[in-house]
Amino acid sequence: MSNSKFRYIGQHRRTKEDPRFVTGRGRYVADIVVPGMKHVALVASPHASARIKAIHADRALAMDGVHYVLTGAELVAATEALMVGVDTPLVKRYPLAHEVVRYAGEWVAAVVADTRALAEDAAERVEVEYETLPCLLDPEAALNPDAHLVHPAHGSNVLYRRKFVWGAVEEDFAAAAQTLSFRCRWARSATVPIETFGVTARWDPAQQLLDVWASIQMPKYPDQIARTLRLPGNAVRVHFDVDVGGSYGVKRGIKHTVLVGYLARKLGMPIRFIEDRLENMRGGDMHGPDRIFDMQVAFENDGTIRALKIRALDDVGAYAGRSPLQLGKPVGAIVGPYQIHSVEYEPISVLTNKTAQEAVRGFGQAPTNFAIESAIDRVARHLNMDRVALRRHNLIRKDQFPYLIPSGTTYDSGDYHTVLDKAMAAADYPALVAARDAARAAGKLAGIGIATCLEPSGGNSSFEPLFNPKNLTTTWMDSCLVRVDLSGAITGVMNTSTSGQGHETLVSTVVGEILERDPADIRVVHADSLNALPSNSPVGSRMAIMLGSAAAGAAKIIKANLMAIAAHNLKCPLDDLVYRDGHVSVKAEPSRVMDWDALIEIAHRRIHQMPPGLEPGLQAKFVFEVPTGGGLPTADGRVQMYPCYSFEAHVVLVEIDPATGQPTLTRYAIGHDCGTMISPQIVHGMTWGGIAHGIGAALYEKFAFSENGQLASQTFMDYLMPSAMEVPSVDIVDHCTPSPLTVFGQKGSGEAGYLGAPAAIACAINDALAPSGHALDELPMTPMAIWSTLQSAGSMK
Amino acid sequence: MKSAAFEYQRVTSVAQACALLAEHGADAKLIAGGQSLVPMMAMRLARPAVLIDIGRIADLQGITVCDEGVRIGATTRQAHVQADALVQRELPLLIQAMRWVGHVQTRNRGTLGGSIVHADPSAEIPLVAAVLEATLELQDANGSSELSAAEFFYAPMVTAIAPDQCLVAVRFPVWRDAHVGSAFDEISIRHGDFALASACAQVALDAAGVVTRCVVGVGGAAPIPQALPEVAAQLVGQSANATNLDALAAAAAAALDPEGDLHASAEYRRHLAQVLLGRVLRAACEKAKA
Amino acid sequence: MSAEKLHVVTLMVNGQPRSAAVPARTSLVDFLRDTLGLTGTHVGCEHGICGACSVMLDGEPVRSCLMYAVQADACAITTVEGLSQPDGTPGVLQDAFCETHGMQCGYCTPGMLISAHALLQTNLNPTEADIRDAIGGNLCRCTGYVQIVAAVKLAAEKLRATGGAK
Repeated sequence: MSNSKFRYIGQHRRTKEDPRFVTGRGRYVADIVVPGMKHVALVASPHASARIKAIHADRALAMDGVHYVLTGAELVAATEALMVGVDTPLVKRYPLAHEVVRYAGEWVAAVVADTRALAEDAAERVEVEYETLPCLLDPEAALNPDAHLVHPAHGSNVLYRRKFVWGAVEEDFAAAAQTLSFRCRWARSATVPIETFGVTARWDPAQQLLDVWASIQMPKYPDQIARTLRLPGNAVRVHFDVDVGGSYGVKRGIKHTVLVGYLARKLGMPIRFIEDRLENMRGGDMHGPDRIFDMQVAFENDGTIRALKIRALDDVGAYAGRSPLQLGKPVGAIVGPYQIHSVEYEPISVLTNKTAQEAVRGFGQAPTNFAIESAIDRVARHLNMDRVALRRHNLIRKDQFPYLIPSGTTYDSGDYHTVLDKAMAAADYPALVAARDAARAAGKLAGIGIATCLEPSGGNSSFEPLFNPKNLTTTWMDSCLVRVDLSGAITGVMNTSTSGQGHETLVSTVVGEILERDPADIRVVHADSLNALPSNSPVGSRMAIMLGSAAAGAAKIIKANLMAIAAHNLKCPLDDLVYRDGHVSVKAEPSRVMDWDALIEIAHRRIHQMPPGLEPGLQAKFVFEVPTGGGLPTADGRVQMYPCYSFEAHVVLVEIDPATGQPTLTRYAIGHDCGTMISPQIVHGMTWGGIAHGIGAALYEKFAFSENGQLASQTFMDYLMPSAMEVPSVDIVDHCTPSPLTVFGQKGSGEAGYLGAPAAIACAINDALAPSGHALDELPMTPMAIWSTLQSAGSMK
Repeated sequence: MKSAAFEYQRVTSVAQACALLAEHGADAKLIAGGQSLVPMMAMRLARPAVLIDIGRIADLQGITVCDEGVRIGATTRQAHVQADALVQRELPLLIQAMRWVGHVQTRNRGTLGGSIVHADPSAEIPLVAAVLEATLELQDANGSSELSAAEFFYAPMVTAIAPDQCLVAVRFPVWRDAHVGSAFDEISIRHGDFALASACAQVALDAAGVVTRCVVGVGGAAPIPQALPEVAAQLVGQSANATNLDALAAAAAAALDPEGDLHASAEYRRHLAQVLLGRVLRAACEKAKA
Repeated sequence: MSAEKLHVVTLMVNGQPRSAAVPARTSLVDFLRDTLGLTGTHVGCEHGICGACSVMLDGEPVRSCLMYAVQADACAITTVEGLSQPDGTPGVLQDAFCETHGMQCGYCTPGMLISAHALLQTNLNPTEADIRDAIGGNLCRCTGYVQIVAAVKLAAEKLRATGGAK
């Protein structure tokens, strides 16, 4: 399948969303004004671990313009605990701390006032008496039997721990010519969108209806809000037509929305809460994975990798949420793109007194890819073998697909060798090696990084039943409604919000492709949750697959209906008709044609000309199930995770000033294969953005905590995101291996770039350090970290 | 992140500003550019009861020639300093420093004097003022006074300025020696961030290449923008060719006692100070020879 | 509502005189968004780092979270809304951002446009380094900046061809 067979798909086309953004007409949550709305500010805990002895709100409540001070005691009595992804019912979490605070910055009380400034004034006047408790910050120490318990009722700091063994791991290790082991560490960072999370809610007592406008990217969000607020699902209406100012996973906002929803109902006032940056960074609960990997690799002298043992200890902070599941997604790509015969995987999710973790781009896959790629490089260095040759030797070959990995997932398709070749050619690899060697000769440190990584896409959430036997979720559908109105104009209805992925462009392109109508004339709207079809939101690189297929499915029904109307009126069998540009004609007699307008007229006005059994009007819904969905895990924890696997090969050259440790990325190329690209500009943009985000994780970004558990990087002065001055220009080379599982051969791409950039950059820095006998295994690789490594005694194993 | 409430007074003369400062003392704060003060107020780390806006006092703005060199009004915008032909001609060290100061948006609002009185130890403008031994013109309700920048900085964000004083202008000496070179260098994690460490130097050579004058200093590696007159003095009378600038830099850095933080340990800052001192001394000498 | 003293702030915004009374502590960005309803300018960090709130103040780009509305009294402001043509259709720069898809979520876009607009006012032949420097104070988490840089290059090209009209 090549792109040229498509009329609109794969073409350079402007997106539908951009014109409103460039003219300042986006509609973000902070732009929505509900008459009479009041504003919330939070009282945050100054302690990482403490008992709340008393909260005195009198002085705050006495202030003009202050309406209410809500505390955890009231909220806990009136709402259900927030949902937890694993089976730990006693790790309870509410929007406000109750009796105990478990991290610095945790929300203790919420103040409602006429303006945000007044709410902040009042929040300062809420006095909280604390008795400090021991504070647990080290995830390894969290495993100690005598460790301080973050949730004593749970009886342990372990949220999830299981040792999966897929295949003959011990035998493979015993038989292999060599083994090596090492530890590497992925630092706590996050996607940190430029828009913080925000939500406005209004309770209508007459309708018994809670309207919610939020900056949201969350599967089953309306259901969770309703359940937690003890409302029926149809009493919560989430408006998905709110533009979301970036998310990349983190805009989950359940606790924020429960808080605001409760206040709106309790006070009978519309309530807005827009996190300020401090609330966002400390208490927004959006930190990403914070992971220590202990890696063991068994391999032969020719570089054949036989088996892996991976212990992944993840510090999720003070509450669970869905974060332990971020250790689950990598099960679906636990061998990366390599032919590895057996794997032992021990994910351990522990609690500490830190800000809670939330889903971050890749849902745990980027850290795992970093660990796997570090292992590949270590093996190459150990064998004194070329890293590219080693990868080529172990990569799954094009003729081996569909390819079943030990953990139970079948990869759909790929041509990894070709994509790697393309990336090497784009980077001009021989020239890159020459540049590296010249820089070294000139006294600099320089290194080349290679990473070949997978992007599991089209999420079916199989990690839920895998990590929680009580959760029997096996469907993770998405839907689209397509409607042709009386004027013949087409509208697509999607059922979730968008945070920059260009879903309106996606739906219009796909529907236009099927119906052969110009996507520029197709409008795409976002339903609200009460008139929405089922959706699981744009997570897990799924929308090109899931929403794209749903939109195509609905458009195909419309097309079939048009054909049926034409067949009925032209009195001609369907097979004798041809559909072109929305008009239907008789193949053998092209002059016998029913045009688009005529067909629409019949569908909407002339039941007497409709074929029997066809409903009037012209609309179709399509609910699309994940192509490989439907199965529960086996007893030994094998399960088909994602349906489609995109592939990326990174090649990067880094130079380091040996005097200061400061790294500079001087060349960057990526080969990328996500099957058929529906909108190449969107795919490229997300790939470039993913690389920039990966550069941040590799070199700059870390939520660092002080010894007493204070978040040290709580502003943009200390949490350092790369600007245009730090991110180099990057060459992308495309390749297309269509997925056999999807309608156009598309795969997912929303996490592209991020899944391999940290691995590639870390490998480049280690290549630069290698001649001096040093290695650095911890992100972010800051100038100080690099310099300190160079000062230390040889640390290379 | 909204500022606490304050009383706002826009004044049209320095005398008015000083009168208000005299009235409110430490409860009042001057604002001109506000690029450091406003975020502190937004986070409520600063909460003046009275904010006195001196941003529109014409007397406080402008760049002119003065006896010892160039006089820059305290509320002259950093962007204007950077673009000014007189500064470009006469104060190359200041110009070199300006490219490290924030971003174009903050330089358009931020003022030269504001940066000096804010006294962040890693800020560029205070370092140049301290190293060049600029003269600070101060005013209060009782009259005017002057201080050398070398005696102005006490500690991070703490200076000799009294709560009722207003910085009026800064006079930078201009070197008229035949062969002058200057250099500013900095290490920050991202461009525009505060320096992990910075250094600058200015030297004058005679025709034989012997150092006749030298000033040098480091930022970010001491509690204040740290001029190093003893280091500079060691260079004077020596041939720039023969002098072991790196040894001098090493000795100077060894005497520093920097604070460590999230991004740079004390040891790393001291090391960076050494690297940068060596670089700016070499670069300044090279430029002076050219 | 508490009795906080109000200050009348009168501005020329996108060529229109606007006036309102607000507390002194109201930041310029809050004034533009909440008081004047010009929600095109965005709030990202409120401490002067991200650049989402960039506006033109008397012809120069500034961060509107780093000043109080009272400080801007009698000044001329251009916001992203003011970069459009009089009929509301995108100007050359805005159109170039659409052509290269120089955004995703659109949240940093108004600030990016203001910084790029400021650059192109003084330099219609910017190098890539000039462009990166001009937008170096505007953080974007979506794009990796590549298509933004391309948009500014394209806009410069178009503006050169038309003699600089927006």
